Amino acid sequence: MRRYANAHPIWTGIIAIAVVILLWLIFAVWPPGLVDVIGRKKVFLSALFNGITLGGLYFLVASGFTLIFGLMRNVNLAHGTLYLLGGYVGFHAANITGYWLLAFPVAFVVVGICGVLLQVLVFRRMEGEDLRQTLVTIGISIVMADLMLWGFGGDFINISPPSWLSGPVETFFVTAERRNGDLVYLKYPVVRIVIFVAAVVLGVAMWLALNKTRIGMMIRAGVDDRDMLSATGARIQIVFVGVFAFGAGLAGIAGVVGGTFQSIAPGEDIRFLLASLVVVIVGGMGSIPGAALGALLIGLAEQFGSVYFPTYAVVLTFLIMVVVLAFRPQGLLGQSG
Amino acid sequence: MADATSINTLPAQPGNWFDRVPPAYWVLGLVLLVAPAFVSPFILGEVFSRALILGMIALSLMFLGGYGGMVSLAQMAFAGFAGYMVAVFGSSAVVEISQGWPWWLVIPLALILTVIFSVAIGWLAVRTEGIYTIMITLAIAAAFFYFTRQNYDIFNGFQGFNSVEPPRLFGVDWRGNYAFYFLTLFWAVVCYAVVLYVSQAPFGLALQGVRDNPRRMAALGYNVTAHRVAAYAFAGVIAGLGGILSTWQLSQISPGTVSIGAAIDILVIAVVGGLRHPIGAFIGAFVFVLLETFAKDFLITLGMAGERFQLVIGLGFLLIVFFSPDGLLGLWDKFKASRNRDPLTGEDKGERPL
Repeated sequence: MRRYANAHPIWTGIIAIAVVILLWLIFAVWPPGLVDVIGRKKVFLSALFNGITLGGLYFLVASGFTLIFGLMRNVNLAHGTLYLLGGYVGFHAANITGYWLLAFPVAFVVVGICGVLLQVLVFRRMEGEDLRQTLVTIGISIVMADLMLWGFGGDFINISPPSWLSGPVETFFVTAERRNGDLVYLKYPVVRIVIFVAAVVLGVAMWLALNKTRIGMMIRAGVDDRDMLSATGARIQIVFVGVFAFGAGLAGIAGVVGGTFQSIAPGEDIRFLLASLVVVIVGGMGSIPGAALGALLIGLAEQFGSVYFPTYAVVLTFLIMVVVLAFRPQGLLGQSG
Repeated sequence: MADATSINTLPAQPGNWFDRVPPAYWVLGLVLLVAPAFVSPFILGEVFSRALILGMIALSLMFLGGYGGMVSLAQMAFAGFAGYMVAVFGSSAVVEISQGWPWWLVIPLALILTVIFSVAIGWLAVRTEGIYTIMITLAIAAAFFYFTRQNYDIFNGFQGFNSVEPPRLFGVDWRGNYAFYFLTLFWAVVCYAVVLYVSQAPFGLALQGVRDNPRRMAALGYNVTAHRVAAYAFAGVIAGLGGILSTWQLSQISPGTVSIGAAIDILVIAVVGGLRHPIGAFIGAFVFVLLETFAKDFLITLGMAGERFQLVIGLGFLLIVFFSPDGLLGLWDKFKASRNRDPLTGEDKGERPL
């Protein structure tokens, strides 16, 4: 961080000022003048938190995508399909067993197995053929989308969280001051907070696993130079299958999460495929911190966009992508070359 | 450097070009010309005209993908953009937005704007390579779809424009099945011929060089980025023509036309046909349209639910890309190669390495 500050003093200054303004916006009681300009603080705060939690969901989906791409250069355009499948599997698992928490391992395992099948049956046969992989996975996603429409129906499905997670909780963020001097605090759904915390924990765990363990070392070595790694005797095919299963399983878990705080329906697969594409393009292909940053940016852009300029919310996301591509084609945290 | 847009004439070869057209083309041309006499107006419009239009849009993808090595999923967005521009500047039922300008102004304007749009997108997309191009153009196509759905000032949001009709020219009602068929046939043949010509012209050859080895082409003094962006501009014209014809045929344009599914359909068409030769785009389009039109009836006769036709199309696509990366053209080549093979020695002469 210090190195960055030394190398880019102006940018550091701008980022510091932005952070200070943001903190002030979050914690201060807004003066009436500001409320007149950009609306009530409650709206701002909920857009902010919704954006952050949405970012958490996007991170769950996109991190698997970026992990698979980073290690194997496999472009899995069926990733959105895995997300949707996870949502459906989790919904039925939760319904049958009655335990919401059970939906997660079931979705992880089932979708992880699908990932292994994809890796073994499809990607291993066409290693290095980018275009073919893309086309085959597009074909798989068309077929799977129709099969899921057939099997699970076309309705919107909502996975309901257990009672101890439902309902709002009062946070310590002040939204306004009453005339008599009482402070009004923001209420926020517990389940969203829990899910966001879980996404952060998972992200940190992934970072630790990648950077501090032996398997993580192997994966990072594979990202840098696959041939060299297999030449040193690492059983790279097993690593590949493992990473693919894990990345797919993450998408499955994300499906349960998405089904809990949004809903699951046909078409969501493409939406989340696109979201993860944009996230990894913005954040940088193959980089987990990049996926986190990209997911946060896109989630915030989507929520703030839909609150403050509802017509062009999607275009805002797109603009971020264009700006990043124009100035940093490899993504914000991607490695050049 | 050859400018893509300036090449609009047929090859100016010494008089005998007429003889050099392969006999298969004469047969195909004859079939297409007399087809209206044999098939019902419904088939003519829904299958033949539709396939020619989709084939043109897929042809623009084939040009970018096959000769330029850039698989762009944004071609449907360019086509839709041209269709929208015709609706906005020409006449439609949405009188609050449509300007109602005459066709000779509207059509060139729509095509010019489409070229500008595709150059902008192309400039963005060529900053990336290979697989990234697919992802970025897919994201762009999606952004365009959502934009048209949410923008009411220009694109009239969810509803889009209806009653967008071709102009009455030379006293012919171009909406009629036969007239429209010949109109699309004419433009499809023009586009096909121009793509074939460009692929042999200096610009096309340089583009294929850029596809095969960009660094060497740069070292030889070619401007790699400019060639790629020019390819996008050229493909934008073809896609735009296809989009205008498509808008006229359906007499409406709405966000559904440029949806992500439609963008992927174009890729399916181009790949199923084969990205190696321009004819592949049209073969793929015919197969796709036939499937789309008749898969439902076919499934029902087999005793299955008719709604599953998407599954049939998807499975067909999957099988073709799984077994033959070069699409139906690739299968045809394999078939020819296997016939060329000497049954005793097993030597083959024709098969190309993939």
